Amino acid sequence: MTIPEPRNGMSLVPAAEAKATKKEFTSDQEVRWCPGCGDYAILAAMQAFLPELGLRRENVVCISGIGCAARFPYYLNTYGMHSIHGRAPAIATGLATSRPDLSVWVVGGDGDFMSIGGNHLIHALRRNVNLKLLLFNNRIYGLTKGQYSPTSEVGKLTKSTPYGSIDFPFNPVSLALGAEATFVARTIDSDRKHLTSVLRAAAEHRGAAFVEILQNCDIFNDGAFDVLKKPETRDTAVVRLEDGKAITFGANGEKCVRLTGRGGLEVVDTAKVQPDTILVHDVAHAEPALAFMLSRLGNVDDGVTPIGVLRAVDRPTYDDQVRRQIDDAVVSSGPGDLAALLASGDTWTIN
Amino acid sequence: MRTYDRDCIGKVEAGSVSKQVQQRDRVIIRFAGDSGDGMQLTGDRFTSETAELGNDLSTLPDFPAEIRAPAGTLPGVSAFQLHFADHDVMTPGDRPDVLVAMNPAALKANIADLPAGADVIVNNDEFTPRALAKVGYAANPLEDDSLSSYQVHSIPLTSLTVKALETFEITRKDAERAKNMFALGLLSWLYHRPVESTLAFLERKFAATPELARANVTAFNAGWNFGETTEAFTVRYEVKPAEMPPGLYRNITGNVALAYGLIAAAERSGLQLFLGSYPITPASDILHELAKHKRFGVRTFQAEDEIAGVGAALGAAFGGAIGVTTTSGPGVDLKSETIGLAVTLELPLVICDIQRAGPSTGMPTKAEQSDLLLAMFGRHGEAPVPIVAPMSPSDCFDAAIEAVRIALTYRTPVFLLSDAYLANGSEPWLLPSVDSLPDLRVEFATEPNHTDAKGEPEFWPYLRDPETLARPWAVPGTAGLEHRIGGIEKADGSGNISYDPSNHDTMVRLRQAKIDGIARDIPPLAVDDPTGDAEVLVLGWGSTYGPIGAAVRAVRDSGARVAQAHLRHLNPLPANTGDVLRSYQRVLVPEMNLGQLAMLLRARFLVDAISYTRVRGLPFKSDELVDALRDVIDA
Repeated sequence: MTIPEPRNGMSLVPAAEAKATKKEFTSDQEVRWCPGCGDYAILAAMQAFLPELGLRRENVVCISGIGCAARFPYYLNTYGMHSIHGRAPAIATGLATSRPDLSVWVVGGDGDFMSIGGNHLIHALRRNVNLKLLLFNNRIYGLTKGQYSPTSEVGKLTKSTPYGSIDFPFNPVSLALGAEATFVARTIDSDRKHLTSVLRAAAEHRGAAFVEILQNCDIFNDGAFDVLKKPETRDTAVVRLEDGKAITFGANGEKCVRLTGRGGLEVVDTAKVQPDTILVHDVAHAEPALAFMLSRLGNVDDGVTPIGVLRAVDRPTYDDQVRRQIDDAVVSSGPGDLAALLASGDTWTIN
Repeated sequence: MRTYDRDCIGKVEAGSVSKQVQQRDRVIIRFAGDSGDGMQLTGDRFTSETAELGNDLSTLPDFPAEIRAPAGTLPGVSAFQLHFADHDVMTPGDRPDVLVAMNPAALKANIADLPAGADVIVNNDEFTPRALAKVGYAANPLEDDSLSSYQVHSIPLTSLTVKALETFEITRKDAERAKNMFALGLLSWLYHRPVESTLAFLERKFAATPELARANVTAFNAGWNFGETTEAFTVRYEVKPAEMPPGLYRNITGNVALAYGLIAAAERSGLQLFLGSYPITPASDILHELAKHKRFGVRTFQAEDEIAGVGAALGAAFGGAIGVTTTSGPGVDLKSETIGLAVTLELPLVICDIQRAGPSTGMPTKAEQSDLLLAMFGRHGEAPVPIVAPMSPSDCFDAAIEAVRIALTYRTPVFLLSDAYLANGSEPWLLPSVDSLPDLRVEFATEPNHTDAKGEPEFWPYLRDPETLARPWAVPGTAGLEHRIGGIEKADGSGNISYDPSNHDTMVRLRQAKIDGIARDIPPLAVDDPTGDAEVLVLGWGSTYGPIGAAVRAVRDSGARVAQAHLRHLNPLPANTGDVLRSYQRVLVPEMNLGQLAMLLRARFLVDAISYTRVRGLPFKSDELVDALRDVIDA
């Protein structure tokens, strides 16, 4: 007997009888982020977006670590756990492996996911556990009041780097791709529409979905992503990737991305190239190399930042396969018999 | 000393020698060789034969951490000790009556443990000048009189085996490797062991290579026949079956018993068993065992590190599973923060710490009881965790069930403190009937348990059961009970974040009271004081039960009075512990650490507990405990 592999991230999660409202997904807890924090926008988007998935609210779980972002579960009226620093992906792995009927969301900041919990993140991605991992990347440590983070730029002046940071930063999307992630995306806190579309794609993906959300910390790193947000710069800084479409950007698509003859990518004027030489984005490309190159096309510091889904491929999930092995064992040998187990091996009787 | 040449197989075919049979009430055999010589396997097989015959027994594997230490060196010696008797056996034995030494290193590493007159069976093929020099023998001990106080049987085990297998189409190396089966055959003959289980085992083990199967069976039989027909051994021994309670038995190691206990607890609770674990000696065998039993729905997750192992177990517990993590001391260090989280989340979790000699890497394959205070106090903040300790290999089964029972009942992490000696040691186990195992069914919360200011029903995740002080276990998927829990202090009842000073004081005391209250739910400390007037109590915990029991028996046999008690629950202690301690003039506490339980007892009960400690990585010898007991009794 072959059981068809579930294909959608939510296919084993029970559906709600009636569509819920944003209010129902909003807990009664007072939100305690600093006024103006980018986390508010992400929270509002999530509270509005989760009901659209049509899942039973009690089957949605949000698990976080420690940091400003990690307060997130308190504000969603679902099941939630605010755990310890860096460990949320590990805790969520146990929950998702144990319970296929849950939609499990993991929220962390750049300290949580990229630093103290880096190991758990890469292994959750490699195993392809059916988790939605949202990295709130503000490139600073907020809750500990302003130290540099593993995504801060070299030279950054912070309380712990008064002479400038000498730590070379991670590119989270490159890291996730290198960790064999099957779904990798990047979006921006203030772009509600884009953020929501990426979250929806992540929810639908069966397996580990990693979403980097560029998030402003208005206290310790204000304006970190302004180049992607200000009207005068955003059109030439943000590269919106769409599956199956040629990669162009600029107010009128005047810039484009193409492969160079030497195996790299380059940004050129669209008017100066043959249209069919422009790179067409393919999220399901068999090789992660193109997505990797796109992830490094540029960054906030030099003004060019690709956003959208960089990669989305099918691979069996860890948790589905764990359950499959159990189902197969029960089908082939029957359910376990405790008395027979205890009496297995060499036994003898004393009368 | 008797030495036999390598043609003696041929000689003995001419006729057999009459053998005298002597009765023994108990025998201790130690098999020792290179870590690649198959001594653990040889010991295991001899154990199975012995169990089948019906002797009571206890085993102690003692092997190096290195998988293949350099051949022929002292650090590479791997040994397996077996004590079997016609009466109940409490320990693997102090001093072997028989040593099987497969090379000079094995002889040198073990000879000092033997009493005068012990039998030493030596593979003289390995006693080459080079091998002798490697372990620092200036002269061949088989050729001088340094072994004159022992009965030495110097036998060319390797070349006899190779000769017996010369017609087989196998490599010389494979033929040489069968020498352990030759030795096993010889010992099986010497002690009248039933051989069918070993022959069947060899057929199974080498099923894919029938020629090797036949070769190993032939080597085994050659060893048996060597004993039967040569003059090497004029005496055979018999050890009659022990009187044991009737029923179905098997031999079992502590780690397998622990794994079975966890499966049994899952079956009896109706919950899923989820193991999150990272490989570590001497705990890995529990992961290996549980990974086999998918038919029971067991999920085993080999995590990226120790922290993820316990984290995943806690995540599964949040979802309603029995979350378990298995580890040893270094892993507990890493898991501490997550265990503290489990304390404050008040979710069930079982942490199996198979203690080994520390600190740091220490001696990974050697036993110690030095994690007691780590389990008690090894977390920041006031973070009490119940502790259960098994006292013998088969008791790991019951102790695992008890640890799960406490975790489920009180919604708390629980430490199960086994050790390397229990983990790898084995003993016969009278199989319990499944129906006799405790009923561990739990009720998840399904309904709101509180009313808000507007009169609407709501769910308070920290509203406690008045008797157990346990909070409700409301698992995701339960409509109407959506709630958030976390590491931040929670308001009493509602569970909302609270930084209120008096609330924190309340919560710290409630968490402590919950754990302390478990004392009402565990049996009182039982004292074995046959004369009822002993002045000295010996109190132990964990794997020292066997050696202490053997020492107590010896002391009583000599006419002295002593009372014995053994703690299964270390936190909380049984409610009558203080009364028991105070009712004896002197209390001796033997431990394989520097006095950790004694420190707790002194602090808690203000009694002058006398500590007796050894940290050699090996279980106590009952002889040394006899001396320690006599010192205290005579004081």
